[in-house]
Amino acid sequence: MEFLNALVAFANFVLVPATAYGAQLALGALGVTLIYGILRFSNFAHGDTMAFGTMVTILVTWALQAAGVSFGPLPTALLALPFGIAGTALMVLGTDRLVYRFYREQRAKPVILVIVSMGVMFILNGVVRIIIGPGEQNFADGERFIVTAREFKTMTGLDEGLAIRSTQGLTIVTAVIVVALLFWFLTYTRTGKSMRAFSDNEDLALLSGINPERVVAITWIIVAALATIAGVLYGLDKSFKPFTYFQLLLPIFASAIVGGIGSPLGAIAGGFLIAYSEVMVTYAWKKVLTYTLPDNLAPDGLVQLLSTDYKFAVSFVILVIVLLFRPTGLFRGKSI
Amino acid sequence: MTMRDRALFALVALLIAGTGFLQSWNAALFILNYGLISAVMALGVNLQWGYAGLFNIGVMGFSAMGGLAVVLIAMPPVPEAWAAGGVRVWAGLAVGLGVIAGAIAIWRKMAKGRLRGLAMIVWLIAGFFLYRAIFDPAVEAIEAIDPAATGYLGGLGLPVLIGWPVGALLAAGAAWVIGKTALGLRSDYLAIATLGIAEIIIAVLKNEDWLSRGVKNVNGIPRPVPYEVDLQSSAEFVARAQELGLDPLTASTIFVKLLYAGLFALVLVVLLWLCEKALKSPWGRMMRAIRDNETAAAAMGKDVTRRHLQIFILGSAICGLAGAMMITYDSQLTPSSFQPLRFTFLIWVMVIVGGSGNNWGSVLGGFLIWFLWVQVEPFGAWLMGAITSGMADGSALKTHLLDSVAHMRLLTMGVVLLVVLRFSPRGLIPER
Repeated sequence: MEFLNALVAFANFVLVPATAYGAQLALGALGVTLIYGILRFSNFAHGDTMAFGTMVTILVTWALQAAGVSFGPLPTALLALPFGIAGTALMVLGTDRLVYRFYREQRAKPVILVIVSMGVMFILNGVVRIIIGPGEQNFADGERFIVTAREFKTMTGLDEGLAIRSTQGLTIVTAVIVVALLFWFLTYTRTGKSMRAFSDNEDLALLSGINPERVVAITWIIVAALATIAGVLYGLDKSFKPFTYFQLLLPIFASAIVGGIGSPLGAIAGGFLIAYSEVMVTYAWKKVLTYTLPDNLAPDGLVQLLSTDYKFAVSFVILVIVLLFRPTGLFRGKSI
Repeated sequence: MTMRDRALFALVALLIAGTGFLQSWNAALFILNYGLISAVMALGVNLQWGYAGLFNIGVMGFSAMGGLAVVLIAMPPVPEAWAAGGVRVWAGLAVGLGVIAGAIAIWRKMAKGRLRGLAMIVWLIAGFFLYRAIFDPAVEAIEAIDPAATGYLGGLGLPVLIGWPVGALLAAGAAWVIGKTALGLRSDYLAIATLGIAEIIIAVLKNEDWLSRGVKNVNGIPRPVPYEVDLQSSAEFVARAQELGLDPLTASTIFVKLLYAGLFALVLVVLLWLCEKALKSPWGRMMRAIRDNETAAAAMGKDVTRRHLQIFILGSAICGLAGAMMITYDSQLTPSSFQPLRFTFLIWVMVIVGGSGNNWGSVLGGFLIWFLWVQVEPFGAWLMGAITSGMADGSALKTHLLDSVAHMRLLTMGVVLLVVLRFSPRGLIPER
């Protein structure tokens, strides 16, 4: 019984939230890694692309709510999501046309593109704050819980409850579907194959007649979809605030690099690794330890390794360890 | 300097003087002083990016280290806090460092294999708990002492100007740690690593109350220049001010700002001179050779990673110095005011717009972009006022547009950066 209680407490406070967070990070890191693989630069505007997509989705959600449309037990934001993706896709394609294409044609050094993406980041930051404001927005509606702690307790008779919020369940389900679709697309479709060929060897791909502008455009559209979905899921699960999305850049990049930048599988592994470490290091283990250890060994303090304010330090330390011992990342991404 | 460069500097002088005539001389001097600080920061970034092509986006963290140094040097010590746990805190930190050093020693000395990894992990975990056992009670004791007024160890009570070189040293130390791990890898990796360390440094300043009072801020840092109140009560100063036809209040604020401007200008001139000398020396040519072709430079026998580490530390030290100057000027350390867009990316805009690789360009960029950053807001307010003048008062859109003026500056900086990169990628004063 004691052991089961410990397990449930662990699942409730660590496993479920970290899995949802990991799925969100993985989707974000997939976007970064795709841009890196195809366009060959680190996109610093990615966090703000997520914010932009989420903002469009929120605005459409509000419009739908005002029109009295709802999605039953699911959040209305899901109905608004396609509009958000379309808006973001238009935005990134426009940015590519106006900004990035010029440097691609010049074959500019990657670091120049990184600086260019900093400029885009500033502009998106400004645009998002001008349109929706810098404040916090909550836009989750519908059913709040799949299982509440009380229901779980009466169901199992345990002391500890396991609550699964619907946004957490939704995040995981959506992420699985999106990732499956993406891998199917990359592996089996003609366009996906041409994308991988382009990423592996640009010159060879060009020689075999692949149209680079088409590959780039499709990459941007996929990235817009991934960024918007990641942003909306994060916003539903927690809340939307432009600055938080900007700060997500660090864990997202850490996930992509830890997994091996340029490798989609690595991005997913990296996302979950970062999320689990972040939550486990900042969780107060007192409850779980009290259940598992004998009474005389039960801890007095909170047994929290680091305060939650240092969660960035966790991504950072993992990043440094990987850079020191395996600079290509866990899944052998692009070389150094 | 060509005629065009002189004209650009004259333009900046004119802009600042124009602020003085149209708004107020206090505002103009505020822009001038922050422009001087920004120019120093831009020099540091230019050293790293312009000379060596290193992509450092942790400027915010290095500047904050400088600010922390000012607090640690200039604030009066809190004897009660020291008695409560001062020694123990530092002992705890020393144990922490010892654990890390021990882990490195284990990794280096032991034979390769599973045992080595296991030994290191066990050592690190045991060391972590030992460190927390020593450190935590001391922190609690220190933070319990009069938290509303102190609740921290305080500083050394030395003259504030000593904090400036110490700030440079602290930033250099942080840069050494980062450089050791991330240099020699891809340039993007250094970028992410510096971004990370900057966030961590700010998190430390916000949370380690025993060190920096955290979000309670450190106020009233001693100044290197006289206080306005003292000037206003000095009969001699009041008489001088009246001779010039100024009221004592305005005269004292302007006088203090001018003193700061003199101090900052002195630092800037010395640094600029040093940077120019370095750029034109064999060392500077070597750096640029490494930047332009690492492989060729390595083949000529240059130790690329070592040179990179050297210049990375030097540039970060300059950023630390600038941070120390800024906190001295503000007389307060407010960790929550450190925002990456303002303290890292804005400095980058300065360097790129001014002209990377050219010290004069960075100085120009520092002044010009700072001027824009400050003046975009009133200009944006005027513009929005003009746009919304036709709308009905109190309409939701009008209020919203007027409220969003504050975010215009981000948009403007992005546009300025992109336009310069597109049409004049070498900046206003290009490298020669």
